[in-house]
Amino acid sequence: MNNNLYNYILGVADNSLILAQRLGELCGHGPTLETDIALTNISLDLLGQTRSYYQYAAKIKGEDATEDSIAFLRLEREYKNVLLVEQPNTHFGFVIARQFLFDVYHYMIMQQLQNSKDLNLAAIANKGIKEVSYHKRFSSDWVKRLGDGTSESNQKIQEAIDALWRFTDELFDILEADQKMINEGVAVDVSKLKAAYYEEVSEVLKEANIQIPESKYFTRGGKKGIHSEHMGYLLADLQYMQRTYPNMTW
Amino acid sequence: MSEHEVKKLEEIFEARIARDEKIEPKDWMPEKYRKTHIRQMSQHAHSEIVGMLPEGNWITRAPSLRRKAALLAKVQDEAGHGLYLYSACETLGVSRDELFEQLHSGKAKYSSIFNYPTVTWADMGAIGWLVDGAAIINQVPLCNTSFGPYARAMVRVCKEESFHQRQGYEIMLTLCKGSEEQKEMAQDALNRWWWPSLMMLGPTDAESVHTEQSMKWKLKRKSNDELRQQFIDQTVPQADILGLTIPDPDLKWNEETGHYDFGEIDWDEFWQVVKGHGPCNKERMKARVDAWENGAWVRDAAMAHAEKKQKNLKEAI
Repeated sequence: MNNNLYNYILGVADNSLILAQRLGELCGHGPTLETDIALTNISLDLLGQTRSYYQYAAKIKGEDATEDSIAFLRLEREYKNVLLVEQPNTHFGFVIARQFLFDVYHYMIMQQLQNSKDLNLAAIANKGIKEVSYHKRFSSDWVKRLGDGTSESNQKIQEAIDALWRFTDELFDILEADQKMINEGVAVDVSKLKAAYYEEVSEVLKEANIQIPESKYFTRGGKKGIHSEHMGYLLADLQYMQRTYPNMTW
Repeated sequence: MSEHEVKKLEEIFEARIARDEKIEPKDWMPEKYRKTHIRQMSQHAHSEIVGMLPEGNWITRAPSLRRKAALLAKVQDEAGHGLYLYSACETLGVSRDELFEQLHSGKAKYSSIFNYPTVTWADMGAIGWLVDGAAIINQVPLCNTSFGPYARAMVRVCKEESFHQRQGYEIMLTLCKGSEEQKEMAQDALNRWWWPSLMMLGPTDAESVHTEQSMKWKLKRKSNDELRQQFIDQTVPQADILGLTIPDPDLKWNEETGHYDFGEIDWDEFWQVVKGHGPCNKERMKARVDAWENGAWVRDAAMAHAEKKQKNLKEAI
């Protein structure tokens, strides 16, 4: 099996699964019916993308691998998502800030992944980019609404951006498997997206009257499977059924 | 308006209903018709919204990605149903905020079924199969009800509900074809959801206060007891296919009537739940009130932002 390709796919797909899981927690608890529907919708899009990636990864892995064995039977140390997406929902400001910081990045990846030499990945990106462009519009609009709303909402979204900022730098890290796939024209070289990312993010934040955090201190580790303490609980929920009742059909 | 004029309008109105004409928001209607519709449609909308909670409870724990996606889509549909129904209700001159206020203060009701807890994955199957099944029996006749906005909303709601019901039954079928543990899980869910589902069709005809008026306005075509019988007759054979036992020792086929006879419903439990003392009434209300209160700053922000934009736009012109 092509280990590098397999690992690269998981690196991309795990972000979508974990963020979908976080958004799934919010169902029925949103500030309005409309945001509830929108966040569930985003969760559903991300989950759909995850399934396409995992089905492909399962084929590469062979043996008895399925989309479900990849989602439900890996250990915390084997998950490759960035730390940003596993952060808790804390309040609506955090949900929007996390979504926005991820969506801008996600859109850039999908845009380039459409040109991947791997036709499966190109096809998944081609389908997904429409969804991600909707996600980005939704989260950017809400960043502006909250930032340029009331003084309370401005303070709350600022608090969330400040708290989540330290997870942004990791988005551009490249692992060994990624580098090999970049060399083959399969993977997106995310290190080259960094400048454009911060530029786009800063533009929206400025328009929203939000201060751009100046901190130079960043936290990383998710891509290498070293997660925050939130991750274990998240996986305990996610994997509970498959762990309790192994080898069954649902 | 004189008493005589009102009587005349009422006669015209009743005649329109008798001719199966749709009543539209700007048409004249008796105050009682308007109030009854606000009550029933908002209760229906509230049920969709509160109903998101018991199923939402299993989204993070769904046992496969396929099931997780289907459950998310279903709960999203329910939010959409709530949205249409609130909009339909607003055509009668009441605001969504007022309706929420009635829900949160306990003045407005929602379906008693959502006060039961979802304790295993099989409950997702039982809810789809039984609860959505009972809801469809209640709702299909509403596609032809006399108030246009309600009837049109129900056409779409019923289509999606039938789809959900099939999905729920499919979950039950998968469990029943699975391991011993899975089958036990399915039986246990049926045991817990059977009677509450029968209660969804409302009190017996003798106790039902709104039936007569609702029949006249075509909000109802059959009585509660008739609908309940229809639900039982349709569901028992489905349980047989699953190989599950309905938890009613008195249930048996009656050759003479061509229907199933069934045991006594525990109406004390029904009234207890309806009055706010069921297993999850407090939790469900708290979840809704918390969502509303914690979301206040978000709604205020959206409003303030919209006003600023409007102002900027005016100044630009």
